[in-house]
Amino acid sequence: MTVVHARSKGLTDRETHYCPGCTHGIVHRLVAEVLVEEGLLNEAIGCAAVGCSILSYNYLNVDMVESAHGRAPAVATGVKRVHPNKPVFTYQGDGDLASIGTAEIVHVAHRGEKITTIFVNNAIYGMTGGQMAPTTLPGQKVTTAPDGRDPAHAGLPLRVAEMIAQVPGAAYVERVSVHNPAAVRKAKKAIRNGFLCQMAGHGFSLIEVLSTCPTGWGLSPIESLKWLEDNMIPYYPLGVLRAPEEA
Amino acid sequence: MSKTLMKGNEALALAAIKGGCTHFFGYPITPQNEIPEFLAREFPKAGGVFLQAESELAAINMVYGAAAAGGRAMTSSSSPGIALMQEGMSSLAAAELPCVIVNAQRGGPGLGSIQPSQADYYQMTRGGGNGDYRILSLAPATVQEGAEMMMMAFDLAEIYRTPVFIVSDGMLGQMMEPVEFHDRPLRELPEKDWTVVGHGGVRPPNTVKTLALDPTVLEQRNLTLQAKYARIATLEARHESYRTEGAEIILSAYGSTARIVKNAIDLLAEEGIAVGLIRPQTLWPFPVAAFAELPDSCRMILTVEMSCGQMVDDVRLAVNGRLPVAFYGRSGGIIPVPEEIAMKVKTLLGRA
Repeated sequence: MTVVHARSKGLTDRETHYCPGCTHGIVHRLVAEVLVEEGLLNEAIGCAAVGCSILSYNYLNVDMVESAHGRAPAVATGVKRVHPNKPVFTYQGDGDLASIGTAEIVHVAHRGEKITTIFVNNAIYGMTGGQMAPTTLPGQKVTTAPDGRDPAHAGLPLRVAEMIAQVPGAAYVERVSVHNPAAVRKAKKAIRNGFLCQMAGHGFSLIEVLSTCPTGWGLSPIESLKWLEDNMIPYYPLGVLRAPEEA
Repeated sequence: MSKTLMKGNEALALAAIKGGCTHFFGYPITPQNEIPEFLAREFPKAGGVFLQAESELAAINMVYGAAAAGGRAMTSSSSPGIALMQEGMSSLAAAELPCVIVNAQRGGPGLGSIQPSQADYYQMTRGGGNGDYRILSLAPATVQEGAEMMMMAFDLAEIYRTPVFIVSDGMLGQMMEPVEFHDRPLRELPEKDWTVVGHGGVRPPNTVKTLALDPTVLEQRNLTLQAKYARIATLEARHESYRTEGAEIILSAYGSTARIVKNAIDLLAEEGIAVGLIRPQTLWPFPVAAFAELPDSCRMILTVEMSCGQMVDDVRLAVNGRLPVAFYGRSGGIIPVPEEIAMKVKTLLGRA
């Protein structure tokens, strides 16, 4: 019998705790596959962040350190300064990175730290039960904006990739999505570019991955993928926002 | 080796290098700036890494990351900056990550002043962070002692897998004194098989974490931590006694205040009044045993602090009702003079 597809060696055997239809699992797999394919798995050091993905260290087959809310880029800086030649990454959600961790994410880019941030943006606080994030879309109903986000009251959503792309130390910034197979393939390419950029010493790389939260959004997994495509992509356009000149 | 005249802060910085520090992360705040400035200049020459962080929050989390990755990391700050670092300290204690933190205390609360103070005793010994944890706190009284404690601090941190405080203040940091550096005694250090360095494909992944959602797991971890704290309390509590024999009153003070208290004790001795000093050299663990061996002549304890009364709580716990415990303090950055301490002693003795 021929093996057509196997679980990546970059993932452990553990079953994830993610809700049905959540796209964290896809993003985990992409990170794992890239680390394996680029020969980085054995040396990689990951920084998990507060949010649904805090337990990512149970699923990614790499050494990992858990970080306090928003501080993963600072923790990763400490790790990288001890091991400047090893691949170091953070895996953060939008509540963590775009709200409580804005100072740390701006300054990790500002210093041009040679680390890669996987920024999973699902426009909501998932783990704490569906509260408003800085990335929540106008009109989107969440538990702390039950009538939908009102920009007059709470402002307009933060476009993190665009913000980080204009920081001089940022070397590679791309926004991707995982709502269909073509998008997943592009997301994997972007994650690969992020790690290659780091290992080439160009500077900081951030891959924003538009993601779903069926539970928090109150939609089925299929409806969620459609909602992402119809609502998130228009506000958060996909594409490369910054890349080294030779890339 | 000959003596060098150095500022307290600079001596701490040099001692950190000699103590085997590999990484410094910090954010500017008065009155400790000579530490990062010295290290920015001198540390790279010694092969160390100096990095200025964007905030105290970031600095302590960089220390956390570096320690998790096997580095011998430190930061230094002053009172309001230490307040910002408390989240990280709770995590460092919970994850059992070795590191060293200098607090050059200044007047508070709030932004307070930049003058010397000892009003962070609670902050350092009670934890400003969440949860049941303790931090080994070394309290030098001279520039020399500060250098010696700093040189030991990184080894102590690794032996017990704990953060270690160097409790300084604006006076100790800014004053210049002769200081002599000796090689630190070599201690056997535990192997670091828990660090995140990449598994190399030869072992299961290491995880440094503090989240424990299962209450039975978390309780067991707390009990393990408490057992370690009990070991530290038994082995590391230290104090200095000064002229305690035959003393009618024993004063208790730490750090720079203890020096002033010594002067007051000498003044009183000239007047034929016998008083002594117990100077805690570790604030946590508090040297409880020192207060169990008081001379029969002692009628009362007087705690003197540059605060409104914080360490006095631990003195009362140590004395445990056997003797009255009085307090004298100045705060807001005011340094008490020997004469006013002597006057307080005479008032307590009814000889004012």
